Amino acid sequence: MRVPISWLREYAELPAEATPREIARRLIAAGLEVETIDELGADLTGPLVVGRVLAVEELTEFKKPIRYCQVDIGNPEPQNIVCGATNFAEGDLVVVVLPGGVLPGGFEISARKTYGKVSEGMICSERELGMGEGHEGILVLPESSGVPGQDAIELLRLRDDVLDLAITPDRGYTASVRGVAREAATAFGVPFHDPAADVPPAETAESYPASIADPAACSRYVLREVRDLDPAAPSPIWMVRRLQKCGVRSISLAVDITNYLMLELGQPLHAWDRGKLSGPIVVRRAERGERMETLDHVVRDLDPEDVLITDESGPVNIAGVMGGLTTEIDEKSTDIVIEAAHFSPEAIGRTARRHKLHSDSSYRFERGIDHELQRQAAATAVRLLAELGGARIVLGETNLRAPVEAVTITIRADHPDRVAGMSYGRDTVVRRLRDVGCGVSGEDVLTVTPPSWRPDLRDPNDLAEEVIRLEGYENIPAHAPRSVAGRGLTPGQRLRRRVGRALAAAGHVEVLDYPFVSEGDWDSLQLPADDDRRHALRLANPLTGEEPLLRTTLLPGLFRALGRNVGRGFGDVALYEIGLVYRPKRTSSGEAVPPPPRLSVDRGPTAEELAAVEAALPDQPVRVGVVLAGDREPAGWWGTGRPANWADAIEAARVVADEAGVELQVKADRHAPWHPGRCAALLVGDVLVGHAGELHPRVIKAYDLPARTCAMELDLTRVESQAVDVVPAPDITTYPVATQDVALIVPETVPAADVEAALREGVARHGAGELLESIRLFDLYTGEQAGEGNKSLAYTMRFRAADRTLTVEETTGARDAAVAEASERVGAVLRGG
Amino acid sequence: MVVFPVDPIAVFGHWLELFEPMSAPNKSYDPVEVTSLHPDEVARVRADALAAIEAASSLDELKQVRLAHAGDRSPLALANREIGALPPHAKAEAGKRVGGARRDVSEALKRRQAELEDERDQRVLVEEAVDVTLPWDRAPRGARHPLTTIAERMTDVFVSMGFEIAEGPEVEAEWFNFDALNFPPAHPAREMQDTFFVESEESGLVLRTHTSPMQIRALLSRELPVYVVCAGKTFRTDELDATHSPVFHQMEGLVVDEGITMADLRGAIDAFVVGMFGEGLRTRFRPYFFPFTEPSGEVDMECFVCRGASAEPGGEPCRTCRSEGWIELGGCGMVNPRVLIACGVDPERYSGWAFGLGVERTLMFRHGVEDMHDMVEGDVRFTRAFGMEI
Repeated sequence: MRVPISWLREYAELPAEATPREIARRLIAAGLEVETIDELGADLTGPLVVGRVLAVEELTEFKKPIRYCQVDIGNPEPQNIVCGATNFAEGDLVVVVLPGGVLPGGFEISARKTYGKVSEGMICSERELGMGEGHEGILVLPESSGVPGQDAIELLRLRDDVLDLAITPDRGYTASVRGVAREAATAFGVPFHDPAADVPPAETAESYPASIADPAACSRYVLREVRDLDPAAPSPIWMVRRLQKCGVRSISLAVDITNYLMLELGQPLHAWDRGKLSGPIVVRRAERGERMETLDHVVRDLDPEDVLITDESGPVNIAGVMGGLTTEIDEKSTDIVIEAAHFSPEAIGRTARRHKLHSDSSYRFERGIDHELQRQAAATAVRLLAELGGARIVLGETNLRAPVEAVTITIRADHPDRVAGMSYGRDTVVRRLRDVGCGVSGEDVLTVTPPSWRPDLRDPNDLAEEVIRLEGYENIPAHAPRSVAGRGLTPGQRLRRRVGRALAAAGHVEVLDYPFVSEGDWDSLQLPADDDRRHALRLANPLTGEEPLLRTTLLPGLFRALGRNVGRGFGDVALYEIGLVYRPKRTSSGEAVPPPPRLSVDRGPTAEELAAVEAALPDQPVRVGVVLAGDREPAGWWGTGRPANWADAIEAARVVADEAGVELQVKADRHAPWHPGRCAALLVGDVLVGHAGELHPRVIKAYDLPARTCAMELDLTRVESQAVDVVPAPDITTYPVATQDVALIVPETVPAADVEAALREGVARHGAGELLESIRLFDLYTGEQAGEGNKSLAYTMRFRAADRTLTVEETTGARDAAVAEASERVGAVLRGG
Repeated sequence: MVVFPVDPIAVFGHWLELFEPMSAPNKSYDPVEVTSLHPDEVARVRADALAAIEAASSLDELKQVRLAHAGDRSPLALANREIGALPPHAKAEAGKRVGGARRDVSEALKRRQAELEDERDQRVLVEEAVDVTLPWDRAPRGARHPLTTIAERMTDVFVSMGFEIAEGPEVEAEWFNFDALNFPPAHPAREMQDTFFVESEESGLVLRTHTSPMQIRALLSRELPVYVVCAGKTFRTDELDATHSPVFHQMEGLVVDEGITMADLRGAIDAFVVGMFGEGLRTRFRPYFFPFTEPSGEVDMECFVCRGASAEPGGEPCRTCRSEGWIELGGCGMVNPRVLIACGVDPERYSGWAFGLGVERTLMFRHGVEDMHDMVEGDVRFTRAFGMEI
């Protein structure tokens, strides 16, 4: 909402010395969001005068038409001015800037020779005067709007300051000069003159026939009429200028008057050409299948919820939103019907959203307008049509009223004190509520009737806010926070922080990707058709149609982040992300779960109701993902680099597992999007927590990633559930260690993890499990000496007892048992044995 | 680690002396004939030894000197053996003389040994010098995202006041995201937050448009009083540009307790500003509108860079606050009693406040981040610049 301060001052007796900045500051302190102050004409300097074009000489020797004009500017001698525009005629009133004047933008005007003539000034267009982008060509003033020589800066009110306000949804009444002026007057403690104060006397006769079929949709419906309007009557300059300053284009007198009053009062008005209406008006909901063409030349399919204004021909308006093309005022309209109504905010809001049709009118209706303003607004409109357009006011008024729920609020007089934490006192509370327009009665308990223009005031706290804001938020004291006994972070919250730090410490860089993916991602990831990760939530209104799905895996986002880094010259990168994935639930029969119930808001939900809502939400586990490409360790003066490989991906998972204090089991697996021969399933106990390894070459190609890119994805929620909260202390014994090395030859297909497990099992069966301190693979050999299709694995086993020095016989015995078990289970042969 | 070569004499020299064999008692002694014990002779041998020690120019030479003048066959060692054969009255004097000489030689050896080792060490350490300016970037640096770390820092200010961290889903039921927060259906307030809806329109699910549904979840799942803070991802249908992102982060605090007032809200925000931006910064409140708070406000804080000086006439321009002197911090207000009712909390007994702010915005003005793209693209240069904590 743009509000010229000159207009504001008409209704609020603001001190003459109050600057626009000070007015804005006080309005902001009262809760109006003044975004900018436009200082119109601030850089405009006269002389700028009204002139009458006396004679025009067309100069034809140039590429474009040039006019040499004689203009009366009130001096004895006319002014000679060269002009490049042609949209004016001899006898027209124009605006002339004389030498020495400066136009907006810093254009200094001087007498100069151009097109072979001396031009003593310039005839101005609207744009050159900073009036608006309205139309091309010279500004021609309406006849009799001024006299030659008159100061045009004053006449056109070219200097003004305009406040631009963003209107919060609760303050619909400030979408009008009336509402802002009331706040400004209160803010300065000066009188306010309500432009809608004069309620017209009741008319006895009915005007245009109308009826309300749905009182829930429309509580007030007022019609007034005029006849014999001069369709050529121009809008007066003062009105055009105010519209322009508010960002509204002048169209015709009748339309300008409706817009002008909407800006001044906040009451949207509609004007019809009476001759195009047929039969009585009915305010009703649309019928199924109804259509109409609105003023913006769009044919709209109407919804049964849409509120319509109809006549015998069908819909003529979408109520409160936009008029129809068939009844539009045109340049021949003389008989006008003015509509001033109050429509249901919810209905208008729904309709505007449904048709994506947001007008100045719907903007005000959906925020709630004054429900006692319709008669004044309609009466003012017909009066202006009469005064400015020579129309004859038709006696009578159609005035339909449906009951409006009366609101009274009971509050304790000290309620604002209790909300703010300071003491205002009853008198201040009552005075401030009356400033707002409320009726107030009572002593310790107040009965408050909000004014008709404040539908937002419903609760005691709404009234408390009014008192507190007018007394100044800045005057509220600050109380030091109470000390409360919090329990700190949960184990899960601590774990997630540690995981982030540990991965970063291990050289991974965190990224935060968008969760939007596409079906193409599933194909790029080589997911089988029945893979559950394809079962994703879809957005009804995605930003781009290309990524309408919500991720079920972190990997596509990580791949894209990797791609961006590679594209920018960072090919040796390890990235990680910790974030949610969204896995829609399904019923036991595999169907989509039903939507959540819409719960009441006038009481707390029951446990069953809450459970029903939760059941409709997707599972949203926390995942941690890692992607690695290029060199894990770069080459340097120390030697060659080490490319990242599948083991680094598993190692990243182990970093996470270590933070959770759980042991990660690694098993070979085949799982998209990983390389089938280089993919590990990661388990904690029996629980599958994720996968890691090198990516499938086709995935690498599909995402255009560096060759041999590796990745890991882990379900942190599952890891958390297995995490150890309290670590038991180990027994540290100082007896000497005894080591035994064994080299075992096994078929190449036997996983090292199986060999190690067999060795452990063998020791355990030998009864020496407690003595085995560690077992570590220190060499892996494939080649001639291991034999075709075999590999040699060399382990160091460390033994130590808690209470004695072990004998050679004990450790040798344990080793032999281990080897025997490995031989039994995986066909291991002791090398060189 | 540098390993120094060990000289066994240096370590074991004195110890070996303890095992020197003693000569047998001389039955037919003649003190005059035992010239080796004569004072002049002892003095001469001692002087020879000291001169030789001083003249030794390397540890190897000193080793030879030690053998010659302090070893088993050295004159002083031989002289020492003669003492045992002396008559008791002569033993003491001869022992004192020879012992003194041996002690002087031993100390001179020790001193010279230390000098020569010092010299050797000096030389060896110089030889072992390396170019410590060689780059060693074998282990690439990782980093946490600054949005993660600044959100942690912000929430931790509240945790230090005793708040607990609440968490919740990002795909949220409309009831939590809107209805329970007093956004009536079809109210323009819903339009303030351009919402991603999960298909179909009747799904009743949205991507949460703010962290405020956590207010509802906290009130429904926790015992009163409630002191919680929440930070997390939020979503609105804004195209990515320099100042907008469809995915962004918010942090908000919620208190519901008996007798909570706007003065408590101001106090908590002031404490947050001190914790995040330092002492002595003023805050100011302006009325605003949020459906879930009433009264509602927006809060600004004094610019922590120019402290308002840039807005004074003639003040130096300030990039952080765009020379306004104030920085918009976030939204706040008293929990709307309608919200308490929807959560089954008695508004006659309990009241509360809520305060929320944008994490991206905070990172932008606190660290001078100019463009939202930097925060969402995952460029390692951006993230590495912030390290592990901020």
